[in-house]
Amino acid sequence: MKRVVITGAGTVNALGLNVPDTLEAMREGRCGIGPLSFQDVERLSIQIGAQVHEFDETAHFNRQQLSLYDRFTQFTLIAAREALAQAGLEFSGELAARSGVVLGNSGGGMTTLDENYRSVYEDGKNRVHPFVVPKLMNNAAASHVSMEFNLKGPSFTVSTACASSNHAMSQAFQMVHGGLAPVMITGGSESMLCFGGVKAWEGLRVMSKDACRPFSANRNGMVQGEGAGVFVFEDHDHATARGAEILAEVVGFAMTSDASDIVMPSKNGAARAIAGALQDAKLNPEEVGYINAHGTGTAANDKTECAAVADVFRAHADKLMISSTKAMHGHCIGGTGAIELLACIMAVRDGVIAPTIGYEEPDPECALDVVPNVARDAKVQVALSNAFAFGGLNSVLALRRV
Amino acid sequence: MSVQDRVIKIIADQAMIEPSDVALNDTMEDLGIDSMALVECIFALEEEFDIEVPFNANEPGKSDFDISSVTSVIAGVERLIADQSG
Repeated sequence: MKRVVITGAGTVNALGLNVPDTLEAMREGRCGIGPLSFQDVERLSIQIGAQVHEFDETAHFNRQQLSLYDRFTQFTLIAAREALAQAGLEFSGELAARSGVVLGNSGGGMTTLDENYRSVYEDGKNRVHPFVVPKLMNNAAASHVSMEFNLKGPSFTVSTACASSNHAMSQAFQMVHGGLAPVMITGGSESMLCFGGVKAWEGLRVMSKDACRPFSANRNGMVQGEGAGVFVFEDHDHATARGAEILAEVVGFAMTSDASDIVMPSKNGAARAIAGALQDAKLNPEEVGYINAHGTGTAANDKTECAAVADVFRAHADKLMISSTKAMHGHCIGGTGAIELLACIMAVRDGVIAPTIGYEEPDPECALDVVPNVARDAKVQVALSNAFAFGGLNSVLALRRV
Repeated sequence: MSVQDRVIKIIADQAMIEPSDVALNDTMEDLGIDSMALVECIFALEEEFDIEVPFNANEPGKSDFDISSVTSVIAGVERLIADQSG
């Protein structure tokens, strides 16, 4: 089996329009959540989110491209450009034929849907732009990445709600690990901060009106974000042969399904995914120094997740650090696991643990070291990234320092 | 139909029982209404009476809207109708 390393990373999210700015914001515990701005926002009862501002799509794409790129595709392409520039890879011949793209995404082109539904239902128009379908399809981002970088191997989109990115990265890992592809571009993106997108979430009554405070006793729900995270997963020997800089090694993963409830999480399903990732990576629980939590800031998730971590790690649960960066970049749904993997890379590579900001009151049911409010310097050999989706679909990845 | 009867009908629909089987002092738990059914119930009440019910599923006990029994839900709806009418 091949060892798999990460040789490039890119992102766009509310904390920054690239990786260095995002990691700086995470180190400083900055909050990307603020008032939402888009058409009809005044008709929402939830008016906050981690929206990407100061983003000028016309600086990156021409008019023709923009007629085909929904916002989730735009974020993906910009993140992919950053990741591939860092990796220093160009694809041709055999390398191009075997390398591919697996990305996570949940909602597809939600802003495209929203705008076009508004146009036909509310404005009464009977004609829509000819590219609505190729713009809103969930696989649009993966396809455009394959086209821009000449990736001709296995490419597809994984859609498992809030675990989409982790499932996608698990697939990409498996492909490189098994020797199917020397390089896979992977991660995920989401952009559903539009009237219809937030209105749908509002209906569930799990959204906070003021802030995301994971693990804090006074938390009152989740806050949505948007953005993309894209990584270059590469065969270790291929990377070292060309002298590439290695950010971290991906050492294992696991996927489980709760098979119990469409929205309520299960401790057992989460614990099996965490334990499975340790087993796949041949790790002792004591080697794990940091977990990037799913940590949505809802009562249901946070209690279940902490109980699952306590079950798997037993005495070591009190020694490891676990933080939720969603309080900073929001819950980026299908892209969230990819953006959160950046915090895991920062932990193992830079020895900096991103904090759980917004933490105000200890909760006895979440009595772990959640790195409250302030980032911490700590040497970490192994970091896990948790994702537990609606529908009971879970995926956990393990990264090791190189 | 009175507000009371309309509320009871909505609760009974969610609990999948006859309105006559709903007792005023029943709790949502007594009626087998779980957290998802409760969110649907709140939505149905909002639609039926054209009101906004303050309710966060993360902290159902802390909401201003008292859901501890059928009686308290009826009283809550009546208050919201009075507060939000016109």
